[in-house]
Amino acid sequence: MTVTAVETTHVAQHHCGDASIKIFGFWIYILQDLFLFATLFANFAVFSSAYDGGSVGKDFINLPFVIFETFFLLVSSISYGFSIVKMYSNNLKATRFWLQITFVLGAIFVGMELYEFMHLIHEGATPSVSAYWSAFFVLVATHGIHVTGGLIWMACMFVHLSCHGLNADNRVRLICLSLFWHFLDIVWIGVFTVVYLLGAL
Amino acid sequence: MFGRFTDPTAEAFSALQHEPIVLYTVLTVVALGVLLLAVITFFGWWGSLWRNWITTVDHKRIGIMYVVLALVMLVRGFADALMMRVHQAMALGSESAGYLPPDHYDQIFTAHGVIMIFFMATPLLFGLFNYILPLQIGARDVAFPFLNNLGFWITFAGALLINISLGIGNFGRVGWLAYPPLSELSGSPDTGVDYYLWSLQLSGVATTISAVNFVATIIKMRAPGMAMMKLPVFCWTALVANVLILMIYPVLTIALALLIGDRYLGMHFFTNDGGGNPMVWINYVWIFGHPEVYVLILPAFGILSEVVPTFSSKRLFGYTSMIWAILVILILSFLVWAHHFFTMGGGVAVNTFFSIATMIIAVPTGVKIFNWLFTMYKGRIRLEPPMLWCMGMIFTFVGGGLTGVMLSITPADWQFHNSLFLVAHFHHTIIGGVVFAYLAGLIYWFPKAFGIKLNRTLGIASFWCWFIGFYFAFFPLYILGLMGATRRLQHYIEPSWQPYFIVAMIGAFIIALGILFTVLQFLLVIWYGIKHKGKFPVRENDPWGDTRTLEWSVSSPPPPYNFAVIPHVTTLDAYWHMKTKNVPRKTSGFSSIHMPSNTSAGFWAGILSLILGFALVWHIWWLVAFSFVGVVAVIIVHSFIGDHRGYYFSEALVQETENAFTAYLEAKGR
Repeated sequence: MTVTAVETTHVAQHHCGDASIKIFGFWIYILQDLFLFATLFANFAVFSSAYDGGSVGKDFINLPFVIFETFFLLVSSISYGFSIVKMYSNNLKATRFWLQITFVLGAIFVGMELYEFMHLIHEGATPSVSAYWSAFFVLVATHGIHVTGGLIWMACMFVHLSCHGLNADNRVRLICLSLFWHFLDIVWIGVFTVVYLLGAL
Repeated sequence: MFGRFTDPTAEAFSALQHEPIVLYTVLTVVALGVLLLAVITFFGWWGSLWRNWITTVDHKRIGIMYVVLALVMLVRGFADALMMRVHQAMALGSESAGYLPPDHYDQIFTAHGVIMIFFMATPLLFGLFNYILPLQIGARDVAFPFLNNLGFWITFAGALLINISLGIGNFGRVGWLAYPPLSELSGSPDTGVDYYLWSLQLSGVATTISAVNFVATIIKMRAPGMAMMKLPVFCWTALVANVLILMIYPVLTIALALLIGDRYLGMHFFTNDGGGNPMVWINYVWIFGHPEVYVLILPAFGILSEVVPTFSSKRLFGYTSMIWAILVILILSFLVWAHHFFTMGGGVAVNTFFSIATMIIAVPTGVKIFNWLFTMYKGRIRLEPPMLWCMGMIFTFVGGGLTGVMLSITPADWQFHNSLFLVAHFHHTIIGGVVFAYLAGLIYWFPKAFGIKLNRTLGIASFWCWFIGFYFAFFPLYILGLMGATRRLQHYIEPSWQPYFIVAMIGAFIIALGILFTVLQFLLVIWYGIKHKGKFPVRENDPWGDTRTLEWSVSSPPPPYNFAVIPHVTTLDAYWHMKTKNVPRKTSGFSSIHMPSNTSAGFWAGILSLILGFALVWHIWWLVAFSFVGVVAVIIVHSFIGDHRGYYFSEALVQETENAFTAYLEAKGR
């Protein structure tokens, strides 16, 4: 069955509702990611006192540091919100500006997290010390890897925006990325509460 | 540079050197592979293969590729089963009895389980979903055609990775769910468990991608007028199965990732030291594993709900109760996982809860059985092969369910736990339920994909061989289990067991005969395809007669765009309604149809993820970095230079395609 395709020169009209299908699909993806994090939270809860006689989490949690880290991530969510507002008013320049702010804030968050990990490992609280620290690093790092993935996506987004501006494809991409970014924010609030606040008690 | 290849304890090529069975199998597979490649090159099929299959985003072609992969894996997994049955029939006395040393035997039962569930049943399921779902809901494609292609190639990579373990290194000796601490570095220091972990991670990624795709397709792309309660039951079961996948595969992914952490980064989740707890893994894998059983069986129920009405010439009895039963199973399937380990010591309260929940889940399943029986009641039953498989399924599956209820009784389970009684039970439900129903579906929808039915005589012979062979192969195992035989025995010292093992072996050979007949059926179709030079002529849209759903309203095989005109649905059983109301088929005045473009990105991502998995197993870190960056880069590059616009299937071409079918129908006098 050979299909002789007739290429059309004008911009293809996607069958109606194409954008809404993509965004819906991305919601579904986010829901399964939520189950991923739910498992990790359960896992952390199970091992939350499995220190095996080694370093105790409470002694290593530096709440002021983490509160600053949290602040950067939460503000990055607001700045992404501004970016989307500007996208809806078709202002490419402002969209890009707020996206850049978001990128910088996100990068600071990841940098602070890496610093925290290096500090912990330096102090002897490594993932191989006990089940508690294994669970700590896996939960926090999985979130951090997600944020890093979001940053890579954002970097690609700048190139997409330079190439095609705010066309239909890029709008869908921006909306999906914003869902992803806000989702990671919500997960971080969970991490902050369960790992750091409850851990510091 | 070469990672663990330079480490003698990893025994990279030891199986090839010391196990003649492995050596000859690998040589045969390599020879067949080379022969296949030579044939493709000789006839110059590469271009066509690349354009029409490897890079395709057509759900129908991807569906066929999934089914082919599943059938190849079925043969692989069944070969393992046959080897085990022959071995156990001989294995009375000592470790040296039989022909398989313990090391090899343990790898075989592990590979059998993993391949059959993750690389046979799941791809077969996705093959049927892919082919049938969009046709049943009146859509032109799935929601994300590129992700569909990507998902297939990552599944393919996982399947290839697990089969590479046959020749290079070894496979896990840990059973299909790889319980720690045996699967930890302390118990399995070599590559076996790593092959297990990475091939399942690949399969998990692919399954998740596909599930997102199918859920979005069913929710968003139904034909106008098709409300949820007008959705065919097969689509409903597909929806629920895919929702289950989205809820449970993350748990498996995390469990595997944690074990990877233990093995690669020295973490302590499931180790005996460092505060770890192996029972946590067992909870995770069964929180995944039990709903996974329903992921497999629910679509089987869906297939029966399509086939039984067709061959009883009646509408399905109790559509609404069927849907509610499916949804109840969705919920209950999350409340029964601990019945897989009543012997954990969870205490009376925990065990009683899971015991009662397990008994309750038999209720919605029973509702379905009665619905099929009432559908058949006073129907005009035609014993075509798909119907035979369905009746075999109903008969056999009820038995499997009953032994399941026996296992749910906690005190009795302490006796049955990990015995051959359990092995017999889950094969009873999986072969008698899942396999029989999937084969029914395969035979039922086969003429939709190729225009011709599979040979009827061979099909009936195949059914009876499977049906009778099944009872011979597994009823002795029930008896052996009650006599005290545990699962996974490389040898035994009780002489009274041997006759039962011999009967079971005979049963396995009868099933083998059934598989042989199925292979012959496919060879006949391949011969038909060669006669028509690979182009299957358009044939009868409704070859079975009395079919009820939309996939039967289009030609067989369907055109690339499925529906020249998207149907408007007003009732359940939309095509039945169209037939009874004599809704005429539109034969002219079509408009052009937007189609997605092919892409090779999925193929390259699949190949790179195979390399990634292989490099991770063998600790070749530079290759890990290279292939991981490669996979990410392929996806990013696809987002930039991929053809997202698609193309238009022109009016003239639609007209030409539809005319061919019109001509066929007119020649038939319709």
